Formats: sequence, structure tokens, C-alpha cells
Amino acid sequence: MNASFIILSVSQLNTYVRSVLDADRRLSGVFVRGEISNFTNHYRSGHFYLTLKDENASIKAVMFKISAQRLKFMPYDGMKVIVIGRASIYDRDGQYQFYIEDMQPDGVGALHIAYEQLKEKLSLEGLFDEDKKRPLPKYPMRIGVVTSPTGAAIADIESILARRWPLAEIILYPVLVQGDVAPVQICKAIEYLNLNNCADVIIVGRGGGSIEELWAFNNENVARCVANSKIPVVSAVGHETDYTITDFASDLRAATPSAAAELVSPDITDTVAFVDGINYNMRTILNKKLADYKRRYEKAVSARALRVPMNIIEMKHLRLDFLNIKAIRAVKAVVNAKGYSFATLTAKLDSLSPLKVLARGYAIPSSQSGKIIMSEKTLSPGDDFNLQLNDGIINCKVLYKNS
Amino acid sequence: MKVNKTQETEFTFEEAMMRLEELVGKLENGETSLDEALKLFEEGAQLSKLCSRRLTDAEQKITTLSGISGNENINKG
Repeated sequence: MNASFIILSVSQLNTYVRSVLDADRRLSGVFVRGEISNFTNHYRSGHFYLTLKDENASIKAVMFKISAQRLKFMPYDGMKVIVIGRASIYDRDGQYQFYIEDMQPDGVGALHIAYEQLKEKLSLEGLFDEDKKRPLPKYPMRIGVVTSPTGAAIADIESILARRWPLAEIILYPVLVQGDVAPVQICKAIEYLNLNNCADVIIVGRGGGSIEELWAFNNENVARCVANSKIPVVSAVGHETDYTITDFASDLRAATPSAAAELVSPDITDTVAFVDGINYNMRTILNKKLADYKRRYEKAVSARALRVPMNIIEMKHLRLDFLNIKAIRAVKAVVNAKGYSFATLTAKLDSLSPLKVLARGYAIPSSQSGKIIMSEKTLSPGDDFNLQLNDGIINCKVLYKNS
Repeated sequence: MKVNKTQETEFTFEEAMMRLEELVGKLENGETSLDEALKLFEEGAQLSKLCSRRLTDAEQKITTLSGISGNENINKG
């Protein structure tokens, strides 16, 4: 028989196929997306055995210990993943399979990327800018709360506000806080509260959960609603380490719903003390002022001039009278000292008056110039002179002198 | 609870507190006449009485809006 056909052994066949696959660059370092099923963690060897599938096809896969031990999570059936590796066959049994070098969760990975992208986009728009943040009211009377009506969040908020600031009315707008419908409801709630001006401040949030469960608070529309709210919004999503886009868009982030309740409210005991303090201050100031005024008034009123103002005038009168009396007495004294009565003096004075002398027959000689002639020496015979008599003046001439 | 009706409608709690601080500031200033001081004090005494009362009488009130339809009768400020 002529052997012109090449007849391979099974080993040769498998080896050949394997080399064909291995030689194809496109089959190594390739990314594949699929869902895990039939997952087995082979503890003895440390290798992972699984099936990767999509709606139409599947492939067996293995992840050797050396790669598997580097994973930060434990894969499970139903988990959506993206793997990198190569497609080949196992010589021994011809089993076509995928050799996984690395694996990452598909769903969450995509979420993380979406989160980073949205955060970047809104940040560049300025939605998170500090100067967009609104200040919280100091003494809110109505506190809006947008959360699940059955969750721990609302219970915590209510109990803290009951203790701390019972004055405020809590306005609860119940919403779903996860799932596809949640973002629509959350937006509607915030818009409603704004439109009807129902609250002085709004707390929006929910209790803790996975990134998928918190996902509604990474929604773009929710972030915009929160940023645009005229009423200040405090976000309270998940736990301390959870940051969502809503937290960046809000006017203030609270680590938890309890923290939010503390942030929006003053402490009632502090406020009572403050009001009492103001009351006390006002009274003290007023009392001091009254005391000051009283002191000033009393000082003014005690001044002597003001106390008996009429006395000044009376005093002046008295002094005048006194001086009068003094003058009169002085004159009287003089008069008495001389031994004359006033009447006698005036009589004497009267008799000494030159005019009365003239009446008795005396005459007053005077020169032409009017000067009174006192001595005969002044005149010589022939001089003209005047002689004033009681009832007139005579012009005279000196005839001769008797000297 | 007898409250001065005019002040109740005129002032929110926050406005009342702000006015109180303003009044005490003016009084502390020392530049007011006795007449002005008396007027300021009177207003302040009334306001602080009002605020104190609201603080001590406080009872928490919770109103739940009806979710999506949201047509509850609420205090529209």
C-alpha cells in the first residue's frame, strides 16, 4: 500500500492545532467579557476552573494559581467579568479553553469609570464650585428630608432632631433610594420642595450600601437638581467613606444621615442659654444707664445755684439795701459829728449862697473879662469894671481910690 | 399659648434672633440716649420672651408628603 497520506497521531494533531492557535497573536492577550458559571476553586492546587459564557456561547476557562492568588476578590457564579488571557487547547485532551491571566469585575468596573467621567464633566462645568454653595440657615423651622420612609436614615434624623431641635417641623418626602426609578423620584422631591417653598433646608440621602445600591446618587440629573436647588441641600449618602456625585454637588456633605441632622440644627440648650444671656445683658446695660443718668441728674440738681435760684436776686437786693443804709449812716455820722442837724446845715448853706448875699445889699465887682475882682489893688483910677447887684449889672469907672 | 400676634407674623424665629442681637449691640454701643435705650430694651424684652417661649414649648412635628403625587397640605413659607 502506498503511504502518500500523512496520518497523524492524536498527539500530533493536538500539538499541531495548539501551535496554530498559539501562533495567532490575536488570540493572546485578548480581552473577553462574559459571565461566570460552574466556578470551582480547586483548593488543593489553587487553580480556578470556570466556564465563561454569553447568551449564545460558552468556553471553558482556567486561571492558574500564580494568577489567581493576585485577585483582590473571589469570583462567583453569575458574576460578570472581563478577563485577559489566551485561547488555546490543552494538548492532553484537546480541550479548547481560555487561559485567564487577569480578571476584573465587569459591572462595577464600568460603574467606576462612569463615576469618574461624570465627576470630571460636572466639575469642569463648575457645578461643584465653592462659591455656588449656599449657606445653611441658622435656625431652620422646616427641615425637608428626601429619603426612604422605611430606612434607618429617616429614623436617625428624626431622633437626633427631636433631642436637639424639636422646634423644626420635619417634612418627609418619601422616595426610592435605589433602582432605576430612584433618580427620577429624588429629583421630583427636590423640585417639589423648591417650587412650594416647603423647607428652609433639605437633607437628601440614604443608609449604607454597595456602589450599585448607592448608584442613584451618582446620577447626573440628581446632581443637577441638587446643585440648582435654591433651598440649601445637605447630602447624606451611605457611610463615612462613601462619596457620591451628589456629595460634591450639594451645599454641604454629611458623612451620615445622623451627621446631617446635627449639621442642619443648632443645639436647643445652647440657644436657650444664648437668649437668656442676651436678656441679662440688656437688663444690665439698661440698669447701668439708668444709674448713670440718675447720678448726672442728682449732681446737676445739687449745684447751689440751681437749688435756690431766686436767692441770687434776693441777695443782690439785700446788698443794695445794705449799701444804701451804709451811705445814709455815713452821712448821718458826719453830720452828727459836727453837731449840726441837717436842717441847720442846709439853712446855713442857703444863707451863704452868693445870691442870698446879693439880696442883703452886697455887690460883686468883676473885670470887663468877667473875672471877679478880689482886691483894690487890681483896679486903678480910670479903669472900667462891672458891678453885679441883686437885680442887674452896672458898668462903672474908677474915679479915685481911698488908699 | 398667648403670643403677640403681630410679632408672630412679622418675625420668623431666625429674624427674631437676629433682631435681638442687633438690639443688644446698639445698647452696648453706649451712644443711645436714655429714651432710645428704653425703647430698645422694651422691644428686646418682648422678642426674647417670644423666643424663649418657642424654645421651651417646642414639640417635634413630622409631616409626610404623599410621595410622588405630593399634594399634602403643608406649611408654605
